[in-house]
Amino acid sequence: MNWIAIGSLSDIPPRGARCVAAPQGKIAVFRTADDQVFAIDDHCPHKGGPLSQGIVHGAAVTCPLHNWVISLETGKALGADEGSVRTIPVKVEGERLFIALEALASKAA
Amino acid sequence: MTEKLVIIGNGMAPGRMLEHLLEAAPDRYAMTIFNAEPRVNYDRIMLSPVLSGEKEFDEIVIHGDGWYIKHGITLYKGHRIVAIDRDAKTVTSDRGVTESYDRLVIATGSVPFIIPVPGKDLPGVLTYRDLDDVNAMLLAAQSRAKAIVIGGGLLGLEAAAGLKERGMDVTVLHVMPTLMERQLDPAAGYLLQKAVEARGIKVMTKANTKAIVGNGKVEGVELMDGTVIPATLVVMAVGIRPNSALAKDAGLEVNRGIVVDDRMETSDPAIMALGECAEVGGHVYGLVAPLYEMARVAAARLTDGEDKRFVHSDTPTKLKVTGIDLYSLGDFADGDDREEIILRDASAGIYKRVVLQDNRIIGTVLFGETADGAWFNDLKKEATDISEMRDTLIFGQAFQGGASSDPLAAVAALADDAEICGCNGVCKGKITGAITSKGLTGLDDVRAHTKASASCGSCTGLVEQLLKLTLGEAYNPAAVQPMCGCTSLGHDDVRRLIKAKGLKTIPAVMQELEWKTSCGCAKCRPALNYYLVCDWPDQYADDYQSRFINERVHANIQKDGTYSVVPRMWGGVTSADELRAIADVVDKFRIPTVKVTGGQRIDMLGIRKEDLPAVWADLGKAGFVSGHAYAKGLRTVKTCVGSDWCRFGTQDSTGLGIRIEKFMWGSWTPAKVKMAVSGCPRNCAEATCKDVGVVCVDSGYEIHFAGAAGLDIKGTEVLGLVKTENEALEVIVALVQMYREQARYLERIYKWAKRIGTAEIKRQILDDAERRRSLFDRFVFSQKFAQVDPWSERVSGKDKHEFRPMASVGFAEAAE
Ligand code: SRM
Ligand SMILES: Cc1cc2nc3c(=O)[nH]c(=O)nc-3n(C[C@H](O)[C@H](O)[C@H](O)COP(=O)(O)OP(=O)(O)OC[C@H]3O[C@@H](n4cnc5c(N)ncnc54)[C@H](O)[C@@H]3O)c2cc1C
Ligand code: SF4
Ligand code: FES
Repeated sequence: MNWIAIGSLSDIPPRGARCVAAPQGKIAVFRTADDQVFAIDDHCPHKGGPLSQGIVHGAAVTCPLHNWVISLETGKALGADEGSVRTIPVKVEGERLFIALEALASKAA
Repeated sequence: MTEKLVIIGNGMAPGRMLEHLLEAAPDRYAMTIFNAEPRVNYDRIMLSPVLSGEKEFDEIVIHGDGWYIKHGITLYKGHRIVAIDRDAKTVTSDRGVTESYDRLVIATGSVPFIIPVPGKDLPGVLTYRDLDDVNAMLLAAQSRAKAIVIGGGLLGLEAAAGLKERGMDVTVLHVMPTLMERQLDPAAGYLLQKAVEARGIKVMTKANTKAIVGNGKVEGVELMDGTVIPATLVVMAVGIRPNSALAKDAGLEVNRGIVVDDRMETSDPAIMALGECAEVGGHVYGLVAPLYEMARVAAARLTDGEDKRFVHSDTPTKLKVTGIDLYSLGDFADGDDREEIILRDASAGIYKRVVLQDNRIIGTVLFGETADGAWFNDLKKEATDISEMRDTLIFGQAFQGGASSDPLAAVAALADDAEICGCNGVCKGKITGAITSKGLTGLDDVRAHTKASASCGSCTGLVEQLLKLTLGEAYNPAAVQPMCGCTSLGHDDVRRLIKAKGLKTIPAVMQELEWKTSCGCAKCRPALNYYLVCDWPDQYADDYQSRFINERVHANIQKDGTYSVVPRMWGGVTSADELRAIADVVDKFRIPTVKVTGGQRIDMLGIRKEDLPAVWADLGKAGFVSGHAYAKGLRTVKTCVGSDWCRFGTQDSTGLGIRIEKFMWGSWTPAKVKMAVSGCPRNCAEATCKDVGVVCVDSGYEIHFAGAAGLDIKGTEVLGLVKTENEALEVIVALVQMYREQARYLERIYKWAKRIGTAEIKRQILDDAERRRSLFDRFVFSQKFAQVDPWSERVSGKDKHEFRPMASVGFAEAAE
């Protein structure tokens, strides 16, 4: 896999998110309370809300526009809602964070 | 091979039957349900609270989608069965699905009766039966125009109360001389009419509908006497008919309903029927208690279990309109062989009547005070000879045998087999037994384990008394409404414990109060953060990760992910310099929309998140601070021009509004707070629909509160009149601080006030000067930490990470 560095863990507040700009659109990178890191497209399956702006709880985020809850692990909407968002592989090496480039390429293709 | 069970209709009766069936023989049948309504099984009884806004639809779902998956039941939502082929043993839906059965259950419920008058099909004429009807009514209610409900029975009155709650102007037309004449005698019907009218609903009895008039849509109802009453919504609630057409087409025996024997079998041994569509022993039913009994019988039949037979019994009628208590049971017609005992208390609006035959109760009507309903029902069921207690019978159970009039004692005195929940047929012994053996601690537990109080909810008070009786001090009624799925504690308990235990961080609250999740959810975290900000202004470090995005970045998120920015314009007053500065910012950042808001200030919409700090920096240079247009906090203080300019102005309303806004801006509150000051009773600043309002008069300042003009419309209540501006400020600040300290998160002032009571608020704020002063002081202290302009903080670098992407990837390659 082709990993690209995006920064370090401390760039993201715990229970928070930051964006990574990519040609195909923003990627939201999340850090949970127990320092797990996840990356998904910053685009809610409901109406495209910016998931990076939501409240992070457990390994899930609540979309800021209409409160869908999205699993960070699977990208799937939880509860009664249906839909999913693309997840992007993340690697944490010490403090440093990487996401997988293939995933980016595949969307462009 | 597993037998195939097919059910037509997914209402309350078959839902309950399935529960019994799954308990007794989970694997016996492969089960398929067809439901014409496109949804899961829900508590139809509770549609009225959904209509009035007391409940959400989610809260009344009985079996969610997961339940069907878990039990391997196939549910076809939105499929109406149009044919039963009894020879081939198949059913076919209107969407073309055909399914074969070994056993078939018909549970198609009822259809609302529609009076065959001209205009009955006009758009705007509704019935009241399912969620679609409720949604249609809610949509119509948004106009807050006139509605007519035809039918003064249970359903009609519940619909009228709900529509009124939603702000409509409602008239009930009833053909008989008194309301609910089938369940109430004329005396109780009269009291009911007075109670309904007291809520602002108009009632016309002996009103016979001739036609519904309108051109392309409803415009009114014409009565036989020629009167035309205008309305844009007409709800027909004149009765129901068993929905038996399908069975009739299939050649089953149908009378009023589908004829079944006392084991719910129709004239075809492979087919059963239950619910409102079924007719047993000449009776058809319209309340759930007997239907649940049918469900028990049918499940036993389907599992070849115990030989259960359906026996007719009277079901008490109760009306689910908050604040109107009525109870009626059995037969209360006059007759030579009957005697009656009546109690009237005109000042308290109480009427009680018990009808006796041979010293035994055969009917009861209670209005205004219904606590003894269960007891009378019990005496009737047991056919108890009441001659011994005849003199005191009407006063109720508490007066028998010299017992005290303590309601707990009355409940304690009930026999173990006394029925508590009429809907679900649950007796006292079953509830107290479950509380002890299963360690239940609250209402929700009792509902889950016994079903008592889980349907119409009118026995909730009795169940709570049983909890109190059985658990003693250990019973904590506040546990009833948990904050969210992460805890079993309610908001009030959490607020109390935060103070009592000195909890000062979110993790401390979650640890000490035994949160069930590791870090809460999007419901509880913002609430906890607010409670801590409010309770420990100097010590708590605001947790921005627990704030909704708008409050985290101090701007309002828009549907496309951009933001809007609204600076304060104190009291709605601005200047050429301010307007010029705004114009410059709009040009510089190419802001697409500039709009004057409903709150007397200017909104700039469509700003990219990355640009926010720079926009604020420019606005800051011109002296603007954040308008908190996003905050659960102080929003706007609208003013009118007042004595400065207006020929009617009595006081300086503009000045007072600005003074209040400058004093109170920055404070966080449970929900948003909007205020207004009008210079005279003409009230051009609309102070009488605000959270807090002031109407200036010659003699001083009339302070108003608890108004609403958003989702609900409600005029304010008057807190009191004060003489000086200083007094006005002190009272307003103390009131808001009391609200900050007591209300539940997201509860606006008018909802909080309804819960606490206006009298109590007046007592604490107006009558108790010491208390008012200490509330005022606490507000002033907390403002030291709150009155920091969040925009300038961010311009100087706070939360930088919020406004910049952490990295850019893939662009270089793309550009080469
Ligand atoms: C901008 C404005 C409309 C306008 O163009 O005039 C507005 C815009 C919004 N209102 Fe409002 N309301 C605006 C005045 C009002 C008023 C009138 C007033 O304040 O005099 C009301 C009725 C009064 C009241 O609050 O009771 C009003 C009742 C609501 C409600 C219903 C609140 C309720 O409890 O009933 C909501 C929904 C909510 O808060 O949950 C809401 C929510 C919203 C939100 C925040 C929706 C959202 O969550 O995104 C809108 C934000 C748009 C934005 O980004 O600017 N807005 N909103 C007004 C801003 C006033 C200001 O200067 O701050
Ligand atoms: C607003 C309201 C308030 C009420 N309040 C109370 C109360 O306080 N106390 C009380 O005891 N009772 C109350 N009731 C009555 C109670 O809700 C009903 O008695 C009960 O729901 C009837 O249950 P059921 O299963 O027989 O039929 P329903 O719950 O009506 O279910 C029938 C279902 O079958 C579906 N169906 C019909 N035909 C077909 C077909 N051909 N194919 C597939 N599906 C079909 C319908 O869409 C419907 O979903 C109230 C009713 C209403 C409407
Ligand atoms: S009324 Fe308020 S919430 Fe509704 S669309 Fe307009 S601004 Fe948005
Ligand atoms: S866009 Fe995310 S919930 Fe609607």
